[in-house]
Amino acid sequence: MGMISLVTFIPIFGLLIVLLIPKQNEKAIKWFSAIVAFIPFLIATYMWTQFNYSLSGINNEMQFQFVEHAKWIPSLHIEYFVGLDGLSFPMFWLTTLLSFLAIVASFGINKSVKGYFALFLLLETGMLGVFVALDFFLFYVFWEVMLLPMYFLIGIWGGPRREYAAIKFFLYTLLGSVLMLVVMLALYFNVKDPVTGQHTFNMLHMMNQSNHSGWLLGLDVRYWLYILLFIGFAIKVPVFPFHTWLPDAHVEAPTAISVILAGILLKMGTYGMLRISYPIFPDIAVKTANWLAILGVINILYGAFVAMAQKDLKKLVAYSSVSHMGFVLLGMAAMTDASIHGAIFQMFSHGMITAMLFLIVGVIYDRAHHRQIDGFGGLAVSMPIYAGVAALAFFAAMGLPGMTGFIAEASVFIGSFGVYRTLTILAALGIVITASYVLWTVQRVFLGKLNPKYEHIAEINGRELFTLVPLGILVIFFGIYPMPVLHLMRSSLIHLIALMH
Amino acid sequence: MNTLMPYLIIGAIVFTLGIFTIIYKKNAVGILMGVELVLNSVNINFIAFAKFVDKGINGQVVAIFIIILAAAEAAIALAIILNIYRTKATVDVTELNEMKN
Amino acid sequence: MITLALYIWLVPLLAFGIQIFFGKRLPRKGDWVSVGAIGISFFLTLIMFVRMLLNYSPDYAVHASVPWINVGTFKIAMGIYLDNLAITMAMAVTTVSFVVHIYSIGYMEGDPRYSRFFAYLSLFSFSMLGLIFFDNLFGIFMMWELVGLCSYLLIGFYFEKKSASDAGKKAFITNRVGDWGFLIGLLIVFTTLGTFTITDIHTLVAQGKLTGGLLTAAGILLFAGAVGKSAQFPLHVWLPDAMEGPTPVSALIHAATMVAAGVYLMARISFMLSFDAMLVVAYIGGFTAFFAATIAITQNDIKRVLAYSTISQLGYMIMAIGVGAYQAGFFHLVTHAMFKAGLFLGSGSVIHAMHHAMHKTGVEEDPNDIRLMGGFRHKMPITYYTFLIFSLALSGIPFFSGFLSKDAILGGTLAFAMAQSNPIHYLLPTFGFLAAIITAFYMFRLIIKTFFGEPKRPDLYEHIHESPKVMTGPLITLATLSIWIFFTLPSISPFGSENSWYYHLVKKPESAVSVQLGHPVLEIPEHIEHSAHVNGMMISIIFALTGILLAYMFYYWKKWDVEAFTNKIRPLYDLSYHKYYIDEIYNATLVRGLLLWNNILAWFDAHIIDGLVNGAAFVTRHVSRLSGIFDLGFVDGLVNAVADLTRDTGQLLRKVQTGQLQFYIFGALAGLVLIIIGTLM
Repeated sequence: MGMISLVTFIPIFGLLIVLLIPKQNEKAIKWFSAIVAFIPFLIATYMWTQFNYSLSGINNEMQFQFVEHAKWIPSLHIEYFVGLDGLSFPMFWLTTLLSFLAIVASFGINKSVKGYFALFLLLETGMLGVFVALDFFLFYVFWEVMLLPMYFLIGIWGGPRREYAAIKFFLYTLLGSVLMLVVMLALYFNVKDPVTGQHTFNMLHMMNQSNHSGWLLGLDVRYWLYILLFIGFAIKVPVFPFHTWLPDAHVEAPTAISVILAGILLKMGTYGMLRISYPIFPDIAVKTANWLAILGVINILYGAFVAMAQKDLKKLVAYSSVSHMGFVLLGMAAMTDASIHGAIFQMFSHGMITAMLFLIVGVIYDRAHHRQIDGFGGLAVSMPIYAGVAALAFFAAMGLPGMTGFIAEASVFIGSFGVYRTLTILAALGIVITASYVLWTVQRVFLGKLNPKYEHIAEINGRELFTLVPLGILVIFFGIYPMPVLHLMRSSLIHLIALMH
Repeated sequence: MNTLMPYLIIGAIVFTLGIFTIIYKKNAVGILMGVELVLNSVNINFIAFAKFVDKGINGQVVAIFIIILAAAEAAIALAIILNIYRTKATVDVTELNEMKN
Repeated sequence: MITLALYIWLVPLLAFGIQIFFGKRLPRKGDWVSVGAIGISFFLTLIMFVRMLLNYSPDYAVHASVPWINVGTFKIAMGIYLDNLAITMAMAVTTVSFVVHIYSIGYMEGDPRYSRFFAYLSLFSFSMLGLIFFDNLFGIFMMWELVGLCSYLLIGFYFEKKSASDAGKKAFITNRVGDWGFLIGLLIVFTTLGTFTITDIHTLVAQGKLTGGLLTAAGILLFAGAVGKSAQFPLHVWLPDAMEGPTPVSALIHAATMVAAGVYLMARISFMLSFDAMLVVAYIGGFTAFFAATIAITQNDIKRVLAYSTISQLGYMIMAIGVGAYQAGFFHLVTHAMFKAGLFLGSGSVIHAMHHAMHKTGVEEDPNDIRLMGGFRHKMPITYYTFLIFSLALSGIPFFSGFLSKDAILGGTLAFAMAQSNPIHYLLPTFGFLAAIITAFYMFRLIIKTFFGEPKRPDLYEHIHESPKVMTGPLITLATLSIWIFFTLPSISPFGSENSWYYHLVKKPESAVSVQLGHPVLEIPEHIEHSAHVNGMMISIIFALTGILLAYMFYYWKKWDVEAFTNKIRPLYDLSYHKYYIDEIYNATLVRGLLLWNNILAWFDAHIIDGLVNGAAFVTRHVSRLSGIFDLGFVDGLVNAVADLTRDTGQLLRKVQTGQLQFYIFGALAGLVLIIIGTLM
């Protein structure tokens, strides 16, 4: 068993053992789950040290790392084929980190603890699997594996309107999955393995245009397939106008689930586009890039504007995610070295920053039991440490230099400006609006006169700090010195760009 | 009178009378009597066939069996009828419908 | 030198780290950490500065850089570039910063967030020094944002006050608007030239890699950043509000250093300004100088007067860069840093005294209001005399530093106008001279109202005391540094600085645009320059004295009735008093517009987009209900019909099952008969 499988399936083994622990023994379940989630993080970090920065991956199996390739369902030529490259590794590592922190952040859960942690571990396997799968069928399976626990985690442990949000999330994502399924099957019946001459789900074979045959060569069909696949992924990102499931899901989901949802799941949309849509349909991707850029800018501005009008803190953060994911789209669309690195770096950076923001909202929600921005005020007086950490996260979201968000956004701008001048200027306006809503929020929640209701509110506790501080350190460290992460991606992304042109 | 036909005709008549008795009599004892008639009509047939066709004693043996059986049957049936009469105070078969529905 | 610069830069960051995590637990709440750090930086800078003076070479520059981001075609190098400009700027910044740190020990004493305050000051020093030392525009932009952050944190230091947190927010957002332009300027530069390093940009622009309209656009957009940071019209609105911050902060950040960063940036990139861009810069600067001065006349808040004065003086500097008087502009930055910081610290001393007096008497009024002051010169002599020196410097009176730099700017502007064929450009010197007269007037209005005359509020006056030594010391230091001699050495003439170390060392870099075009962008003949300087000096001295005289006529000798005069020009007075209603206009249009627009979009999102989604769900539900009915009525109906039929038949046949033995037998018999008949037939 290779390291990837080890990391991916440790949570499943953990799940089995969690199921054996008696239901009453909640403490054991929590601690055990945390330990189980920590091991993949350790292994993934070790893998980082073993990572070969010169291998590019993307469409060549020899260039992938930690590859595992085995037959799974031979009659349908489905393989267990996993591997990592510079595109997937940052997200893979981030997933292990955020899963661990999210599990620690879930220690406050007290409703059917066993079920929660079991589902959470299942979710982690699903997420990791999506990032490592190189067989389309396997990818699809992991994609669905991830969906179901999410539905229950929102639907059972969520807020007052959890059923509505869970069903909305589920149906929306399921719609995306179905579109993806259609495209997957179309590709399957169109692509032949050059060695065996059989149909194949192997993505790398799909990326080689000479393996395609027959009707798919017609441009119209390819267009449609690309668009269907795009919608499938766009729902996950979420791209305007498919974004409305996000605020609902976020508002209702428990804190840790919001962290995972915003930190990892959103990135799967853009990851899927880069991993699947771009290399398989490079011609179409280039042709439709203008639209993607426009959607990206709409996301940035629209998300920021709507965020500013929100009264619910969590909804505000959710819309800020919509806005920030727009930078990823813009960077992807421009397809230059700087912009694509900016885009992936933004995925990585936003994963950490938005996780911090949701954890911060969770802290205050646990104490005040509401999230109305106007219902607070002056919390910096009663909770100075909390306010400091929150300010750090909010400033990071605002793209302040010295933190990762700035590097990502600046790279996207630098890369996109040469390609989409007007759009980039408009997108850059986003930094002004972001500053406005962030500062306005900080002012209403933390500054001003202390709301007498919260005079004796408890300061942030050690466990909560434990989840926030590592992220804060990483956000600052990679903000000052981003090369370790950029270096990871470099070979793969430059290769991807070369492939596109 | 050395032909088979008259015996068969008498047997048929007795049988028909027995069947009609069974169908029309409401009284359980009456039905029992009808059954006796049917059995005896069969006896007549057996003996007639034994005399004219078989030329052996098989028919007679079966007839004796039937007589014995009929006696036993009558004894049991009468006992049942008596019991029914005791519990229901009637022997009208149309009113005995416990097993209906 | 590079190592020295690194130490100068990073020591305050270390202090920030210590202060923010452990400040409260340290003895004296750790003020010595920050003060010590900036002290080290100051002395190291002094070493650097002295070395520069000993070197005495105008071309001195050291440059070192390391790759920072390197992915494919996307490369950014970070490095330190030290030339005389940077060293001089660093000297000014560390001096003021050091002095303000010391002053803060006294001013902030007893504040509940004392250590936090020093932490922010250290962070600011770090960011500001980084801004000065970085060799590339990207690094400068990063530090640019960080000083903005420090400004935000310090303006909103008393965040319990809504006005303070509002002001911080306003400062940051207004700056972000300018930074938007700055960023786009950076993007133009990088996409055309592929580098952010200033020396490389110089070379490449000279080679003609960035020309024409795009070059002009890049220049103007980079200038937009400076408009925000240096509070130029129309983004000046944040600076007066920024006075909500503690006074040392106003002195350090909002008078001497951060707001001057815009000027520093313009000086750094002046080589790439095309003529059109220079005109834009000059006119914005000139207009701001005049415009802000007219507002300062009518303000009653001591700090606000100084704030508008700062805006006005920054306008001068910007204008100087715009007209090509690069040395004059930067010179004014340095001299202004000293005396304006001094003015703020002096006003802080007054406010501090007022605050204590109000605390003692229990009066709850604005301690900044000059209408409550008067006659303070007897009670606070040191503050008074230093304040007077600073005001004289600001007004441009000979023997003080301000005269030298202001005169240089006015002379440069006049020379520019004289060299141009279009007489409209005389507007620039006009702005400059008018602003000079107004400056002298409002400064002496302020002095007379604060320090002369009868005490307006005897109850408060009784409790006014001179500030402690830790506060007056910095005032005396800065007052000393406002004397001409420091800036004219080795010459000692109080009337000109042409032969000073400064003019020798800080040379205007060769304009890359001129090289590119093959002819100078801006040509001012020697004789015009000379005559303009002589004339300019005369006019500016006369105007300054006139301004002072007017102030005495109105406020000291009371020859003219202020009230009556005000009433005569009521509409103008109101305009000035209400700052031309610009805040109100911005609030009514931009702020409200933005909020309205947000709400419209949020409504759109919640009702239209989500409505569509929910509508789709609704339609699906109803379609499924319809199909449910179909399913129930037809498909299921068929199934049920079969069942029903079976049941009904069963019901029917059940009738036959009477349980009557006789009936069965009858049936059997009837069947038999039928079969027999059938067979026979």
